Amino acid sequence: MTNHWIDLKNSDVILAMGANPASNHPISMKWIMRAREKGAKLICVDPRFSQTAAKADLYAPIRSGTDIAFLGGMISYILTNDLYFKEYIVNYTNAAFLVNPDFKGPSDLDGLFSGYDADKRKYDKTTWTFQMDETGVPIKDLSLSNPNCVFQLLKKQYARYTPEKVSGITGTPLDKLLEVYKLYASTGTPDRAGTECYAMGWTQHTVGTQNVRAMSMIQLLLGNVGIAGGGINALRGESNVQGSTDYGILFHILPGYNPTPNASLVDLATYIEKTSPKTNEPKSVNWWAHRGKYITSYLKAIYGEAATKDNDFGYSWMPKIDVGMNASWLMLFDKMFQGQFDGFFAWGQNPACSGANANKTRTALGKLKWLVNVNLFDNETASFWRGPGVNAKDIQTEVFMLPCCSSMEKEGSITNSGRWGQWRYKAIEPLGESRPDAEIINDLFFKVRELYMKEGGAYPDPVVNLSWEYGEKDSSGKIKHLDPHAIAKEINGYYLEDVYDTKVDPPKLIGKKGDLVPSFVFLQMDGTTSSGNWLYCNSYIMKDGKPVNMMARRGKEDPTGLGLFSNWTWSWPVNRRIIYNRASVDPQGQPWDPKRPLMNWNATKLDAKSGKPGVWEGDVVDGGGGPAGTEKGKLPFIMKPDGVASIFGPGLAEGPFPEHYEALECPLETNSMSKQRINPTIKIFNDQADAFYSCDLRFPYVGTTYRVSEHWQTGVMTRHCSWLLEMQPQNFVEMSVELGKELGIANGETVIVSSGRGEVKAVALVSERFKPFKVENTTVHQVGLPWHYGWQFPEDGSGYDSVNLLTPNVGDANTMIPESKAFMVNVRKA
Amino acid sequence: MGVSRRDFIKLSGGTVLVASLGVNLDPAKAYAKDLRIKNAKQTTTVCPYCSVGCGILVHAENGKIINTEGDPDHPINEGALCAKGASVWQLANNETRVKKPMYREPGGTAWKEVEWDWALDRIAKLVKESRDKSFKTVSKHKVKEKLADGTEVEVEKDLVVNRTEGIAHVGSAALDNEECYILQKLIRSWGLVYVEHQARI
Ligand code: SF4
Repeated sequence: MTNHWIDLKNSDVILAMGANPASNHPISMKWIMRAREKGAKLICVDPRFSQTAAKADLYAPIRSGTDIAFLGGMISYILTNDLYFKEYIVNYTNAAFLVNPDFKGPSDLDGLFSGYDADKRKYDKTTWTFQMDETGVPIKDLSLSNPNCVFQLLKKQYARYTPEKVSGITGTPLDKLLEVYKLYASTGTPDRAGTECYAMGWTQHTVGTQNVRAMSMIQLLLGNVGIAGGGINALRGESNVQGSTDYGILFHILPGYNPTPNASLVDLATYIEKTSPKTNEPKSVNWWAHRGKYITSYLKAIYGEAATKDNDFGYSWMPKIDVGMNASWLMLFDKMFQGQFDGFFAWGQNPACSGANANKTRTALGKLKWLVNVNLFDNETASFWRGPGVNAKDIQTEVFMLPCCSSMEKEGSITNSGRWGQWRYKAIEPLGESRPDAEIINDLFFKVRELYMKEGGAYPDPVVNLSWEYGEKDSSGKIKHLDPHAIAKEINGYYLEDVYDTKVDPPKLIGKKGDLVPSFVFLQMDGTTSSGNWLYCNSYIMKDGKPVNMMARRGKEDPTGLGLFSNWTWSWPVNRRIIYNRASVDPQGQPWDPKRPLMNWNATKLDAKSGKPGVWEGDVVDGGGGPAGTEKGKLPFIMKPDGVASIFGPGLAEGPFPEHYEALECPLETNSMSKQRINPTIKIFNDQADAFYSCDLRFPYVGTTYRVSEHWQTGVMTRHCSWLLEMQPQNFVEMSVELGKELGIANGETVIVSSGRGEVKAVALVSERFKPFKVENTTVHQVGLPWHYGWQFPEDGSGYDSVNLLTPNVGDANTMIPESKAFMVNVRKA
Repeated sequence: MGVSRRDFIKLSGGTVLVASLGVNLDPAKAYAKDLRIKNAKQTTTVCPYCSVGCGILVHAENGKIINTEGDPDHPINEGALCAKGASVWQLANNETRVKKPMYREPGGTAWKEVEWDWALDRIAKLVKESRDKSFKTVSKHKVKEKLADGTEVEVEKDLVVNRTEGIAHVGSAALDNEECYILQKLIRSWGLVYVEHQARI
């Protein structure tokens, strides 16, 4: 989330599209309803009349997988009716930038952008660039009239997205479509704020990233980013999925979003040089230019004293991926399926039910030599060898089921969707012999290291040089019990030497050796500071000479009434509650909307430090420096090298602007927007196990997955709770009354839902919530299933199995998140 | 006036407040005294399910959780919880939890309980075996090189990668931040690059 949960109350219009907060983030509705009490409108766009739709002022149905058509139509509506916030886009986005004249878009190339290579399914992005002036800064046309400027190119591409055409693709009735456009576009004035809530309903598509981008562009056009009540808000699914992402448990990133080193980044200097963006724009903060400080401080945190200037701070100990290598989820299980891995850890996760194409995953698990499963409960992954259709005697995998304890049996922090790091306490001892995950990690560290110290082995250096100072040691040097505070402090980071500011004469002491670093602006590139995750630097700091855990704070002050609650726990970065907040003010630093001021620039007040006039008042300013319109002022989008937000975004695989493509499995022979039916840059797996079927009579209905309030993810932590299981005992498939009639299926009947990859039992839920879609000139039926069930529990099999047995293992072209929200199925009586 | 349960709890410990309210709260005090949480140790936690991050009060007595309820002071949920958060105590009081490590041997047809030390020793051995066997020091890459005359040629070169190809890992968004940090630190020290979790799906 760019904003946070409570901030939803500051909105005038809330669009829930790609999410169903009423079911899946129930308490968020408290804040949506609080906004509505003040007159705000809630719009819900969803294939099904969801629980959120039931609370909405305006509901519009949409066929799964057509969000870009819907949003592209909204972009066109905003542009044609002059509803955009001109001052905002001219000053704070790249709308005015001139693009390379050789750039061509989908309106010129029938659905493609310039540079496409059909054999490689990849673009050469040479023409996706800006025209630069002699100083190396993009050339702008502030009147937005040059035909090569981003604004005009945007207009040109989306002129094709007429309401009629969009309605034909999405199946959204024309009048509803226009009502949504009109209401949402009303937030393009400075005094109105619109926000968007999305979740897996947008990301689990082959065009997932571009779904989110399309909305981000709308938010920029309407000036809704960086303001209270605005932003683009990912409602994340798990209590700490924000934190686990911040901590880099993903193949492509290290903690704090530093990229995983690849083979071409041969040493630390090259890594820093090649991964730190450069800019010639004098007003750009270009925050990532500090990369060197963050990566060096990270290396110092993980290798401690073993990391020295002479050994490049241990950079060569870090594992490297090949250039261009993709080791993401679908690739990982594909490699496992091919037998690449001996060993596998499934730690606090149940891939046998959670990943797309579960049959392929389950087969892949059988090719392992060993599998370690860490969980509170036995699950479909740990017990895959005794699953349906498997003969245990044939499975040669050695399997370990290690019981961890629940969150109330240990101490530590988690980070919610609004980026609040919140500390939790231990209430009781772990149940039975279960252990905190940290203790299991601790034991594995010492046991593996001991083997390497005793026996040697392949490249032991990174194993034996890891620093591990997390508490009291026993006589053998092993840490008895990990102290979570010691870890939290290492994450925040320490001054490892006395650090001086050498820019002043005489040099001034900034930080004392052994003290916690107060914030990431003090991190250094020469190895004199450590920080396990620079984004969390400031979460555990010194106050009056004592360490203070900021994440445990419980201050309830809310002086602005905006609900920032700046003294309650802690939010990254540096406790900022709304990121990109300097976009909430005009170039002179005055709030666009004086009724909702996040901050303002006081040009006459003297700065306490410098003694010069000009200070920010209100929220912690993003990035420092005065407002953009003042001398030496700074542009608001501090993480972007140009300092402005990218309406034209050349970084993505399938194009700088989102274009509508159908899902890999879809009910239509053609894409009426262009002759390019599916995303031209997705990876298509080719094994028999990867089968997909479009416009195939065997699988005539669009299928989608979702969640219910009473269960969570694959259900491991909820199916075992009797109250929750009683409320939602088994798998169901929801369908329209019309489809039920067509198939002769009555509400409550047991049916089988099948796809090209598998089938699953379900109870038919025939309801008014789904309606057949009028798409082009045909009728398209859609059905939906929750993905919370699995064969292993309840043990009598009454919950049925996972609906991921149906979903296709094809991913988004950028993130490789599987397309679980739009695929083709059939339904028959059991 | 409305008196929430939280107020009861607070009031039962602070008579000064009661006097200043000018209302008779004796029945409320009596009720608070009778609450079964009166001798319980209270700690705060954050809901382990979705990412709203609702605050929860946990009451424990004799090492057992006897009550959980929404934290009325928490600014996000203001004491409210959804069905999942409201049943969180069932995670701690749950007969179906695994209480001891379990092991299944190759071709085996049943789980058997094992000791922690035995399981972790065995896993450490397997990690080392698989790592040693699959460790890749260099990987071939096409790189551009400048010749003495200034022309550029593409040559194949061995570049250092120092990674383990034979072990993969997924998880977890269910761990605490501190655990995520040491976990990624540990598995990267073993050389793993196939490292993923819930955020990808
Ligand atoms: S109580 Fe419900 S809404 Fe709150 S964090 Fe838990 S699952 Fe989410």
